[in-house]
Amino acid sequence: MKDQPDPDTAPRISDEIRKTTCYMCACRCGIDVHLKDGVPVYIDGNRDHPVNRGVLCAKGAAGLKQVLSPARLRAPLRRTGPRGSGEFEEISWDEALDLAVSWLKPLRETAPEKFAFFTGRDQSQSFTGWWAQMYGTPNYAAHGGFCSVNMAAAGIYTLGGSFWEFGAPDWDHARLLLLFGVAEDHDSNPLKLGLGRLKARGAKVVGINPVRSGYNAIADDWLGITPGTDGLLVLALVHELLRAGRIDLEFLARFTNAPVILDCDPKSPDYGLALRDEEGRAQVVDRRTGRLAPWDGEGVEPQLTGQIRRAGLSHRSVMHHIADRYMDPAYAPEKVAERCGLAPGQIRRLAADLARAAFDDPVVLDQPWTDFRGHRHATMVGRPVAVHAMRGISAHSNGFQTCRAIHLLQSLLGAVETPGSMRFKPPYPKPASAHPRPAFRSRPGQPLEGPHLGFPQGPEDLALHPDGSAARIDRAFTWENPLSAHGLMHMVIANAAEGDPYRLDTLMLYMANMAWNSAMNTQGTIDMLTAQDEDGGYVIPHIICADAYSSEMVAYADLVLPDTTYLERHDCISLLDRPISDPDAAADAIRWPVIAPDRDVRPFQSVLLDLGARLGLPGMVDAEGQPTYADYADYIQMHERRPGIGPLAGFRLGDKGLQDGRGLPNAAQIDSYIAAGGFHEMPVPPEAAYFKPWNRAWADWAVDKGLAEAPGFDLVQLWCEPLRRFQRAAEGHGPHQPPDSLRGRIRTTFDPLPVWYPPLSDAFEDPAEFPVHAITQRPMAMYHSWGGQNAWLRQIHGQNPLYLPTLWWNRLNLAPGDWVRVISSHAEITVPAEHMAALNPDTVWTWNAIGKRKGAWALDPAAPEATRGFLLNHLIPERLSGAGGWSNSDPVTGQAAWFDLRVRLEKSAPPDQAQPTFPPLRSPVPPP
Amino acid sequence: MTTLPPLPQKKLGLVIDLDTCVGCHACVIACKGWNTQSQPSPLSDQDPYGADPTGTFLNRVHGFEVQPPEGPAQLVHFPRSCLHCDDAPCVTVCPTGASWKRAEDGIVLVNEADCIGCGLCAWACPYGAREMDMAEGVMKKCTLCVDRIDNPHLPEEDRLPACVRTCPSQARHFGDLNDPDSAVSLLVAERGGVDLMPEQGTAPVNKYLPPRPRDAAPDDVDVLAPYLDVVAEEPRGLLGWIDRTLARI
Repeated sequence: MKDQPDPDTAPRISDEIRKTTCYMCACRCGIDVHLKDGVPVYIDGNRDHPVNRGVLCAKGAAGLKQVLSPARLRAPLRRTGPRGSGEFEEISWDEALDLAVSWLKPLRETAPEKFAFFTGRDQSQSFTGWWAQMYGTPNYAAHGGFCSVNMAAAGIYTLGGSFWEFGAPDWDHARLLLLFGVAEDHDSNPLKLGLGRLKARGAKVVGINPVRSGYNAIADDWLGITPGTDGLLVLALVHELLRAGRIDLEFLARFTNAPVILDCDPKSPDYGLALRDEEGRAQVVDRRTGRLAPWDGEGVEPQLTGQIRRAGLSHRSVMHHIADRYMDPAYAPEKVAERCGLAPGQIRRLAADLARAAFDDPVVLDQPWTDFRGHRHATMVGRPVAVHAMRGISAHSNGFQTCRAIHLLQSLLGAVETPGSMRFKPPYPKPASAHPRPAFRSRPGQPLEGPHLGFPQGPEDLALHPDGSAARIDRAFTWENPLSAHGLMHMVIANAAEGDPYRLDTLMLYMANMAWNSAMNTQGTIDMLTAQDEDGGYVIPHIICADAYSSEMVAYADLVLPDTTYLERHDCISLLDRPISDPDAAADAIRWPVIAPDRDVRPFQSVLLDLGARLGLPGMVDAEGQPTYADYADYIQMHERRPGIGPLAGFRLGDKGLQDGRGLPNAAQIDSYIAAGGFHEMPVPPEAAYFKPWNRAWADWAVDKGLAEAPGFDLVQLWCEPLRRFQRAAEGHGPHQPPDSLRGRIRTTFDPLPVWYPPLSDAFEDPAEFPVHAITQRPMAMYHSWGGQNAWLRQIHGQNPLYLPTLWWNRLNLAPGDWVRVISSHAEITVPAEHMAALNPDTVWTWNAIGKRKGAWALDPAAPEATRGFLLNHLIPERLSGAGGWSNSDPVTGQAAWFDLRVRLEKSAPPDQAQPTFPPLRSPVPPP
Repeated sequence: MTTLPPLPQKKLGLVIDLDTCVGCHACVIACKGWNTQSQPSPLSDQDPYGADPTGTFLNRVHGFEVQPPEGPAQLVHFPRSCLHCDDAPCVTVCPTGASWKRAEDGIVLVNEADCIGCGLCAWACPYGAREMDMAEGVMKKCTLCVDRIDNPHLPEEDRLPACVRTCPSQARHFGDLNDPDSAVSLLVAERGGVDLMPEQGTAPVNKYLPPRPRDAAPDDVDVLAPYLDVVAEEPRGLLGWIDRTLARI
């Protein structure tokens, strides 16, 4: 039709595209920032990027609104009113840094442990940790203690790698995917891409989650499990598979420690540990000879059911103990189903589905490879059962052992690092034994002797002073939480306020909203931050907060160091900490300033280097006391952690030009990354792509690329000896002894085989009085508190009702628009209620971090986030009541157990707003 | 009143897979982001940091619970945008001719210069797919990214709607639904794609792929997929079975 309008279908929306890395969650997707006349106008996904392949989530696409947010801080702030009032004055950077130096310099020279540095959404942990190490405080960690340390620690102690974030399903070959406790986050876009691929080829997805939202909504089968019982379900599956003999005997014999012979002499100091030879090598029975041989001996063929007799005692392989434990009828589906909120038939059916997917049609890749014993395999045979697990497992006080149980299940199926199963992302695998032990001995004026966070192998590695007191403020690596490999950020403020183990002088927080949604017991935490001693001074005398936005935490700082946004800074997403690798490539990435900040803010990492130079920290000043690095970009390019190894692995200098992995620093490295689209990949050779923990080709490649200094192998630790060493100590053996009050708990929870026990708080909170489980999920379109200020995203998630299952909705006789009181043993809240049928019948839930305090984040005090939005955090105590002040954490790892929460519900008359309410903060930034 | 053109040779539209959509809202924001800077006026937001933030979105995602007679409840994520109907009532109802359907490919568009913001089209659309922009006073709607799909300034691989390009679970597909051999038509045929509310008689071009069947009943034992047979009831039996089995390997 000639008379139709002729709209402009060819607009030029930008004159330049700059490729950098997103920072809206922990995915670290590649983004194309479209600029017009130097102004960013549109963001979409980088098609070449290994993480997101061009796609981008709602958060990433709304990134411009983070840059334009009225909540952005404008200049350094010094507190002028009482803490928590929000009264500040803007000061210069020199004043701010002088003030910080005036606190930190004398501390370093006298008592460096009185300075604590903890980070939240930090994506530069290898740098911030190094900085704290050079300062010399033992008190550094990131936020893993309340995020996912159970997954990381269980994975690394068992497999040498973990689900999140160093593992991924084999999306190309999996035919059955089990998702345990995976909410809508972590590892967001790769998971969605993978689910789409599985769906496209008709693979089956099974969701195991109390809440059927997000990924669970598209699961073919959904098991609406009761929170905290996943471990019991998994061990019932183990029971069923063992009874049916549907286990991968060759995998177990070759690649796990199931054939390792244990010392079965109850009188031996090593009772329950592996028999070892003079060189300390764990022993197996070699099928070829029937005699003991080292587990990694050339050509050894371990006998799965091996045993030997010595001095009238039978020493049996781990497999015997596995059979003894899990064949027990206590693990039968009929026995566990009710507790799990499932039907026995659902468990039997899942066991059968797993067995069929794993064994009836294995994936066979025509790719020869050689294992660490020199055995040449003609093909790669895999079990197409993939598993992914996350927060729903992690945030329970039985999460470590539950995650271990999942790894046992995977191992029985031969579904670890085999085609079709779970694969590791370089630099993993890296077994716990290859990680450092925690360093904690601080000396005035000296750096710490090593990195803070590590993997204890036994009681001798705990961070304890000779008198048995905790070296760290968060009591990490003590008998309370021996394997707290990520620290316990959630206990820092509580411990410092109580002066136990000691008082702090200065607490520095980076990107962590500890005065609100990142704390358990939010009201109590606020009280601790403002608590005063008898002299009228604050119990925590100095608080430094670095953030880009006016968060609730900013109001409780004495000094605020305003950060840039992610489009205005350099970063490296480094193989030294949390890279962007996928199983087929080691990969790292950068951020770079695609725009300049329009205000007096500075990238925090550059500020830290400046501060470090002013303090004269080793590595940050040269012999003349001049700064070693001009800024963070200079550090990224020129810093060497070991000779030839730096923050970025690509485009290093070699004899013949640029090279990967190892090489001299390159002052033009960031330019090369920018030209390459912001990232760099080192593809894993095909022979090294699977069976990595046991594959000589992988080990050689990892050394060649600088991921390791020597080839290393380890078996899957189905029987976990570090756990047994702590358990043995609790039985009264050895020079390092736990306090008597913890012996029973350690004996139970440090079982060297995966074990299920009820969430610890169940012992103190009567399940009859508090019959309902209460959990949170993170929405896919929102991440922590950051998203709440985003003009587009808050139109999607501007408030968060409490979702009640049909059983409780009807029992309370609720109607749309009603409110409920939610009561825990610790506190109560009153919140809007909504019905949701696709729920475990005894579980309520809400979106996390939507609720805001009035005056924070530059939102109108009448914003729904501040009037109807709420936090479950108020209900969760940071210590278990009646338990000697133990933290509300996993007893193995110290993971905050915020999913253990139990409540009771009552219908409430609608209040004028969600309860409790807090006095409004005075905003340090002007209203929009 | 405005007349529709003769049925086009090409019918561009979306195929949205409800089996795969996880409800992440990526398409919602990608659409907002693209159209905010590509159209003559941005998709406005009212009170964006206030008590009642609202704004114009050309694509929204809703969640609906489904309770089958047997088995657990299900949650279906449902993206909603203009379906570019063959018999688009929003076009024929338009008093100024601002609403129009492009003859060459059937895309339904609004000529903002002629739109008087009367809202009749929004009343006529049974899908609620049009949104009045409160800042501009004109009707906004999905254009199928008409300013992307033919835009020579974009790389060829990017000439598709922003929502399709960004969809992380690949639940959104774009193509010619009048061509029986197009990828989208084949997908619709294979998966039993359906019209939304066909009783409305609008003949929508967009198609939805229904969720696959979910949640076999726990005790519904398939003869082809029975429970597992037992080889051993107690530990010693299992260890003996292992030895016998390994001896055969």
